[in-house]
Amino acid sequence: MKRKLLNIAIAAALIPAAGNVMAQAKAVKLSDNMVKIGVLTDMSGVYSDLGGQGSVTAAQMAVEDYIAQAKPKFKIEVVYADHQNKADVGSNKVREWYDTQGVDMVTDVLNSGVAIAVAKVTQEKNRIMINTGAASTRLTNEDCTPNTVHYVYDTYALANGPGKAVTKAGGDTWFFLTADYAFGASLEKDTSDAVKANGGKVLGSVRHPLNASDFSSFLLQAQASKAKVVGLANAGGDTVNSIKAANEFGLTKSQRLVGLLTTIVDIHALGLPTTQGMMFTEGFYWNLNDETRAWSRKFFTKHKKMPSMLHAGTYSAVTTYLKAVQAAGTDDAATVMKKMRDTPVSDFFAKNGKLREDGRMVHDMYLVEVKKPAESKEPWDYYHIKAVIPGNDAYQPMALSRCPLVKK
Amino acid sequence: MSRRAIAYLMLLAAGLAAPFFIYPVLVMKVLCFALFACAFNLLLGYTGLLSFGHAAFFGAAAYVAGHAIKVWGLPTELGLLAGTIAAGALGWAVGSLAIRRTGIYFAMVTLALAQMIYFFFLEASFTGGEDGLQGVPRGALLGFIDLSNDLNLYYFVLAIFVFAFWLIYRTIHSPFGQILKAIRENEPRAISLGYDVAKYKLLAFVLSAALAGLAGATKMLVFKFATLTDAHWHLSGEVVLMTILGGMGTVFGPLVGSSVIVVLQNELADKVGSLVTVIMGSIFVICVLLFRRGIVGEIIAFYKRMLGQKA
Amino acid sequence: MTEIFGIPIQALMGQLMLGLVSGSFYAMLSLGLAVIFGMLNIINFAHGALYMMGAFLAWMGLEYLGIGYWPSLALAPLAVGVFGVVIERSMLQWLYKLDHLYGLLLTFGLALVIEGLFTNMYGVSGQPYTIPEELSGAFNLGFMFLPKYRAWVIVASLAVCFLTWFVIEKTRLGAYLRAATENPKLTQAFGINVPLMVMLTYGFGAALAGFAGVLAAPAIQVSSLMGSNLIIVVFAVVVIGGMGSILGSILTGLGLGVIEGLTKVFYPEASSTVVFIIMAIVLMIRPAGLFGKEK
Repeated sequence: MKRKLLNIAIAAALIPAAGNVMAQAKAVKLSDNMVKIGVLTDMSGVYSDLGGQGSVTAAQMAVEDYIAQAKPKFKIEVVYADHQNKADVGSNKVREWYDTQGVDMVTDVLNSGVAIAVAKVTQEKNRIMINTGAASTRLTNEDCTPNTVHYVYDTYALANGPGKAVTKAGGDTWFFLTADYAFGASLEKDTSDAVKANGGKVLGSVRHPLNASDFSSFLLQAQASKAKVVGLANAGGDTVNSIKAANEFGLTKSQRLVGLLTTIVDIHALGLPTTQGMMFTEGFYWNLNDETRAWSRKFFTKHKKMPSMLHAGTYSAVTTYLKAVQAAGTDDAATVMKKMRDTPVSDFFAKNGKLREDGRMVHDMYLVEVKKPAESKEPWDYYHIKAVIPGNDAYQPMALSRCPLVKK
Repeated sequence: MSRRAIAYLMLLAAGLAAPFFIYPVLVMKVLCFALFACAFNLLLGYTGLLSFGHAAFFGAAAYVAGHAIKVWGLPTELGLLAGTIAAGALGWAVGSLAIRRTGIYFAMVTLALAQMIYFFFLEASFTGGEDGLQGVPRGALLGFIDLSNDLNLYYFVLAIFVFAFWLIYRTIHSPFGQILKAIRENEPRAISLGYDVAKYKLLAFVLSAALAGLAGATKMLVFKFATLTDAHWHLSGEVVLMTILGGMGTVFGPLVGSSVIVVLQNELADKVGSLVTVIMGSIFVICVLLFRRGIVGEIIAFYKRMLGQKA
Repeated sequence: MTEIFGIPIQALMGQLMLGLVSGSFYAMLSLGLAVIFGMLNIINFAHGALYMMGAFLAWMGLEYLGIGYWPSLALAPLAVGVFGVVIERSMLQWLYKLDHLYGLLLTFGLALVIEGLFTNMYGVSGQPYTIPEELSGAFNLGFMFLPKYRAWVIVASLAVCFLTWFVIEKTRLGAYLRAATENPKLTQAFGINVPLMVMLTYGFGAALAGFAGVLAAPAIQVSSLMGSNLIIVVFAVVVIGGMGSILGSILTGLGLGVIEGLTKVFYPEASSTVVFIIMAIVLMIRPAGLFGKEK
């Protein structure tokens, strides 16, 4: 009897607490009674397979799931637009979203040129950009803002991971095939640094022009270098065509290809026979564990393709943002940003993800090796996970940050 | 007051009032592209030269002006001027090569040279590669009018546009413009009349390139950045489309054409997704097959028919 | 080992070989442009898109219908050729009386439409097309390891180029064609169906582009944008050659491929611009192009 009373007493004590939570849920103060999320992506151009419609689908899924689980008292809406890879179209659209449609947060925003432009607009209008698409480390260095979150990956993490891991595993001589512009150069430099720091040697590199359709000549040079590892410091079509030519010229028999910006989209496009044995870093892989498989299969039923790291990241980013708005009780950018910094991310996409001062969301990355065709058990079963790179090793250390917001 | 003057005044009034009804940044973008198309029309419509590489001048001026303002710390006006002059100089270099050929060859030569310039911008360090030259401050006009205010900037952009439009109008109606038209209509005849055709063509090319540059530099100022798309050959194609759609060789054609295209691109951004290129291409095909005079050209022709004149 | 400018001569030979491969593509594409230009006075901006279509049709044939590489080599160009004929009949033929620039503009629009549609259907990362079994593997030439497929590309394209040259310069059909190019009205008066010849010429030019596309499919990724970058280089090739003669455009294409190949060794950064630089120089010295006649 006493015990029962006690129980009731505890329950009675808890009810007001529960009520408080409810009250808090009600008390979310929004600028316009609605949380509006904008997905700005490339729907038609060179990156449309990586982000594109898949990112829109992921964001919509995130909102549906959040509504079903958390039953928020505020309305949530997703809008999207195609920036056509033009920075002016993208920044104009976002400006309009902020000025006339009350959009609170934009996500995806792949293509570094567009992303940096959007970061500036976002800062000016004091909203939030959770970038899941762009690669450039400039977003968290020279061009960092208090309103930017860089969520999924960046060139440093992609370059540094394999540079370190492959060198340690014995691939200690490298040759680079580098796209001849700032982006390729920075990939090459970050990887070279990691290679050298781990006792490896860089034997040389060849700079190829962007969109060179024929890579055979550059590959012969890579072959002649006799390096154990050939690093591809390029992206998109250039990577795909280098891999194809490498295969044709028999380079893959004696040397290992390491992609410095390769994703599951490229592997899917080329097929396993051509890409087997390649190594690179990914921010997410659908076939990692039960949790990732469950989410990815659900995504697959809607999108008919397995998610890229951008898609998974966009889902996670939207969820994280909505939780932060709920917890902060407002959609004010600075408050929500602070909430996101204080709360570690833990979901199927990122375990122990932590948002740093410079806007970098630090989470574990995966060094993967592409399976042989015989090892693949089902469609999209492409990778062996060779190593999990802890977030703090994967991303640029804060000590090297060039972001003015970081107090040193 | 002539009917024409009234029309111009009404347009000017519309321009002055526009930012209160339409999103000003969009109107500024339209104005920049309209200026670009007008500059292009000077070459295509009035000299009969189809350049397929005009984006190079647009982009070059955007980069130079951006670099001058951001890195060298030049005042905004001088930065724009630097961009315009750079585009003019580049125009001189490209033009002197390209005018050695005519017609289709001319188009191909300009395209190829513009592609070379594009590669230069891709690789040069000051452009920031594919990240672009970002975060250029708008600065202040004459040192005291704050241009970071969209409305202030709007009237500055409108003033630039009106000035350039007036300049083009004057050029077309000057003796120089008449000679250009003579070259367009019948080049051998112009030569036999003793005109140094090559010199006139080059001059028109340089003027067109410089004004295209002014448009590029102004657009850079509005958006505060210059990226590779500003110099890509797709943009060269787009400006051709704007001019043809509006009506080449008409004063207002490029203005109308660029408004339609820019607004369409903006509106289609969140509706049709990957079909944007298909729609642009279809407009191109339809224009060439059915409306070769363009929107304004067709209206003028209709108007003339109404008056019983033969067009 | 003998060296030239610090590059082993064997490596140089290898690069020359590869230059010849890319030159083969330039030759086929510029040849198609030249044939079309000669007859229709139109610069076919859609040439890159037709090349892409050829590659895609080969891929689609394999993917959906199980048609292998060899039949595709005939069927895909045929389909592209028919598509070309449809374009000529439905659109281009209305433009002959106008300024030639309209042809350029129309085909530019068509290129956008075709590429946009393929992007919409298949995305942009492209589709893989494996090298046919008979041609996989490589020859050991002593100085290099030449994949059989690359060797085949050179042989096939030279054969097609030669055949085209032979038909146009040495046969009766070619004579009609040349006559129709020279003076369409007079040729018509002799009872030769000139519009038919024009139509077939465009179809043939399109088919050539499609053939090049099928040849390219196993060597590079089949993607909707594969033609749009190539076409600008081919334009420069055409300006350098000056579309005066069939043989001229073939030689220029091959030659520039080799020069580009050498640049890839000595100064790789410039390899995509070298063609344009040569174009600028040629324009200064011989404005009509190496094989062109001033009209």
